[in-house]
Parts: sequence; C-alpha cells; structure tokens
Amino acid sequence: MSIGLERIQETFFDPVILWHSLETLVVIGLPNTILLSVLASLIGMAFGLLIATGLMASTVFVRFPCRVYVDILRGLPHILTIYLIGQGLPLAGLSIFGRDTYSYAALAIGLIEGAYMAEIFRAGLQSVERGQIEAARTLGMSSAQAFFYIMLPQGVRRVLPPLTGQFILVIKGTSLVFLLGLTVSQREIFSIAQDTAINSANLSPLTAAGLLYLALTVPMTYGVNAWERRMRMGSRSAR
Amino acid sequence: MMTAQAMTPRKDAGIRFDAVGKFFGTHKVLDGITLDVPKAMTTCLIGPSGSGKSTLLRCANLLERPQEGAIFVDGTEITDSKVDLDKLRTRIGMVFQHFNLFSHLSVMDNVTLALRKVHGMKRDEAEAVAFRELEAVGLKGFERRRPSALSGGQQQRVAIARALAMKPEVMLFDEATSALDPELVKGILEVMRDLARSGITMLVVTHEMRFAREVAGQVVFMDQGKIVEQGSPDRMFDAPESPRLRYFLDQVL
Ligand SMILES: Nc1ncnc2c1ncn2[C@@H]1O[C@H](COP(=O)(O)OP(=O)(O)OP(=O)(O)O)[C@@H](O)[C@H]1O
Ligand SMILES: [Mg+2]
Repeated sequence: MSIGLERIQETFFDPVILWHSLETLVVIGLPNTILLSVLASLIGMAFGLLIATGLMASTVFVRFPCRVYVDILRGLPHILTIYLIGQGLPLAGLSIFGRDTYSYAALAIGLIEGAYMAEIFRAGLQSVERGQIEAARTLGMSSAQAFFYIMLPQGVRRVLPPLTGQFILVIKGTSLVFLLGLTVSQREIFSIAQDTAINSANLSPLTAAGLLYLALTVPMTYGVNAWERRMRMGSRSAR
Repeated sequence: MMTAQAMTPRKDAGIRFDAVGKFFGTHKVLDGITLDVPKAMTTCLIGPSGSGKSTLLRCANLLERPQEGAIFVDGTEITDSKVDLDKLRTRIGMVFQHFNLFSHLSVMDNVTLALRKVHGMKRDEAEAVAFRELEAVGLKGFERRRPSALSGGQQQRVAIARALAMKPEVMLFDEATSALDPELVKGILEVMRDLARSGITMLVVTHEMRFAREVAGQVVFMDQGKIVEQGSPDRMFDAPESPRLRYFLDQVL
C-alpha cells in the first residue's frame, strides 16, 4: 500500500525534478505559451470578425464560403488542422514564414480560433437591436457607417467575456504545437514538459506543466465568470 | 419650451404617396395608398393595430420599400432607384416608439454622431448644435449621461433632439409616446406640439386622439392597409362617415 503510494509520488511529484523543471517552464515555456496564445488570438480575432460580417452578409456568395469555413475548422480535430497547416504549408512550397515553425503554429491556431470567434462575434453583433441600426440609417448614415459606429462597438463590447473565455481555450490549445517540432528556445510549456519528462524518465515535469496551466486558466475562468455576471446585472439595471 | 433659434431654419417639404402597395410575403400590408402630406402641417395617422400605419410611415423614408406605386418628397420621386437614400434620409427625421438611442454613446454623442459623420461637422460645431437642440427639448445638463441613466421620457427627448439636429424638412413619429409611463406622455406631446407649431411638416402615427384633434391639420384613418377616411380633425372626430371609423373611435375614445 505504502509502496504503491510512494511510487505514485515518485512518478508524478518528485520534488527535485518538479522544482527543476518548473524553472525552465516558467522562464522559457510560459512566455512562449503566452506569446503564442496572444498571437493566435489576434489572428483569430481579425479572421473571426471578418468571417462574422461575412456570415451576416445579405448575399449567399459571401455567406456560404464563410459558413463552410466555420463548419470545416470547427468540425476538424485541432491536431489535424495544426498538422496540415504547420507541416503542410512549407511542404507544399508555401513557405510564407520561411522555416519558422512558431509562425505556422500561430497561423494554424489563429485560423481555427477564427472559426470559433466568428460565431462569438456574430452573436454579439446580432444582439445589437435592429432599432438602433434603423435610427442610424434614418439619420443618413450608410450601412457601413451604421456598422462601424453603432453595431461594431456594441457587439464587440458585449462579447468580451466569451472572447476571454475563448482565449483560455487557446492557451490550452497551444500545447498541440509540440508536434510541429520547435527549436529549444521556442518551446512552449507542454513541449518543455514533454522533453524533460522523457529525459528524466519521470512524469513530474508534466505535473509541473499542469500546475502552470492551471495557474493561468483557473483564475481567468473565475474572472470571466464574474465579469459576465456583472455585465448581465449591469444591463438589467440599465434597462 | 422650444427656443426659437433651435427651431427656425428649415425648408419644408411635403410627402405624396401615389398608389403605394407593400407586401410582406403574400400578405398585402399597404393597398393602393394615395395620400398627400401637405407642407408645414401635421398629418396624424390613426387606425387599429396591424392596419399598416407604421409600414406606411417607414415607406416615407424607405426603411421599407414598397413594391407598387411611387412616393415623392418635395416633388422628387424617392422610390426612383437612382435616388441617394442616405442623402434623402438626412432630410427626413424619424422618432421611434422605443427611442432607439445608441446605448454605448452619451446623450451628447447620440446627437452629434450623425452631424459629424454625415454632415462632416467638426466636434465643437456639432456640440454647439446639440447643446441648442437638447436645451430646446428641456435636457440641458444631461449631455454626459448614458441613455440607460435616463427616464423613458428623457430618452425620447434625446431621440427628438437627435433627429432635429439634422435640420430635417419632414419629421416622422411612430407612436412616440406609446412606450412611456402615463405621467411622461404629456411632456413629449408638448414637445411635439411646439414642433408642429414651428411649421415643420409632420407625419405622426398616434393613439393620442386628443393630440390629433388639437395639433393635426389633417387626420387619416387606416384599416387593413387602406385609407378608409381622411379629413380635418373636427370633421373626423365629430362626424365620422364610415362605420369602421365610427367603430374605431367608439373603441378608443
Ligand atoms: N417586417 C415584417 N414582416 C412581416 N410582416 C410585417 C412586418 N412588419 C409588419 N408586418 C405586418 O404588416 C401589418 C401592418 O403592420 P404595421 O406595423 O404597419 O401596423 P400598425 O398599424 O403600425 O400597427 P400597430 O398599431 O400595432 O403598431 C401587420 O399585419 C404586421 O404583422
Ligand atoms: Mg405601428
């Protein structure tokens, strides 16, 4: 019994290895994970907003391709998309970022996130009351002006909490880029943990990585929930 | 209540509906509407719910496009596909039942946004106009508030000031007081009455029969997408000819 417990402790919670791996994880892995998440999210937001407006377009020729994009990228396993884009683009001769795996990784995750964020943005934009758009049009604003000055600022504001929630998913999603093979200094949390775990024949580095991910995601999740609650209450008392 | 300065410079236009027909799907909501809305006068549209009053009003600035007939504003056919709609709409102000203020903007920005983005005014120039219009509707000192921090009556005043700031030649009101608490209705009707006296052309959908009687130069009764009867308010209310108008007045008075 106690032998079993000890083995568990040694395998997952070896204090020396834990502590040791945590240093590399925090110094190299954490900044890379955050940088990759932010980059991918920025790409995702830009794409998402573009696709969202496309999803609301009046012509099928715009709406249809956008819908297909969203359905495909949300329907595929992320690991497959990341592999196809991250390995596939350079293989197919489309080396837009040279040999920088990191950029392909950011693009791949960004494209995936674009599909999810498109649906989030669309919901936000469509939640803006049609009456406000009509009011803008009766004042002589073009549909583009009504979109930029009325719909966009309100729609985006309303989806900030779900967008932040999506960012938490991106943080976790970046762990998949290990399969593209990163250079030593580019490794994010999971790659480092995996490498260290193999080298030390012990899983404690993965435990350390897990703790680090939780330290990022759990507070953010609670923050987002509180934020959403406050926005809901605010809008109720406002109306 | 309204200052002369905020109300004066306005060239008035009339609206003419010529055999206007409008379908939603197969449902004919407007059926052969021919109506003159004379310049510098208030025309009140009355009628039961679903009779097509809002739809007719919304055709006047082409928020709804009719499938039949033609509409003229100041002699120009606006149903012509070559008409610049955005430009046309700056000449026609509209006030909605539910105010439709821009909820992310302050009262001041609600009024100045179109002045700046459509008329290309500088901010201080636009704010000077807005200050005047807001004062005219009794909202001096509310410039920095958000719409959500205003009562319904105050929100509707902002909406009126926002429309008037564009210096429209025609004002459309769609049940501007229907969403208001009873005690706030009077104030808005007063603003509308003052505006009518300023000599602008108004087309007003309303359930306020007293207002129609006092302010309107012409009352138009609609039922089932058609104009059933029209005339001066005294004639319409004191000597209704059609049974349908008589029945309607019995219900509402
Ligand atoms: N966008 C729309 N799509 C389909 N039908 C519509 C639409 N707007 C209005 N209608 C229908 O057209 C008819 C006339 O509507 P309208 O809003 O013009 O009536 P109204 O006289 O303003 O009524 P109320 O006094 O209730 O406001 C109604 O039967 C309504 O259901
Ligand atoms: Mg109506």
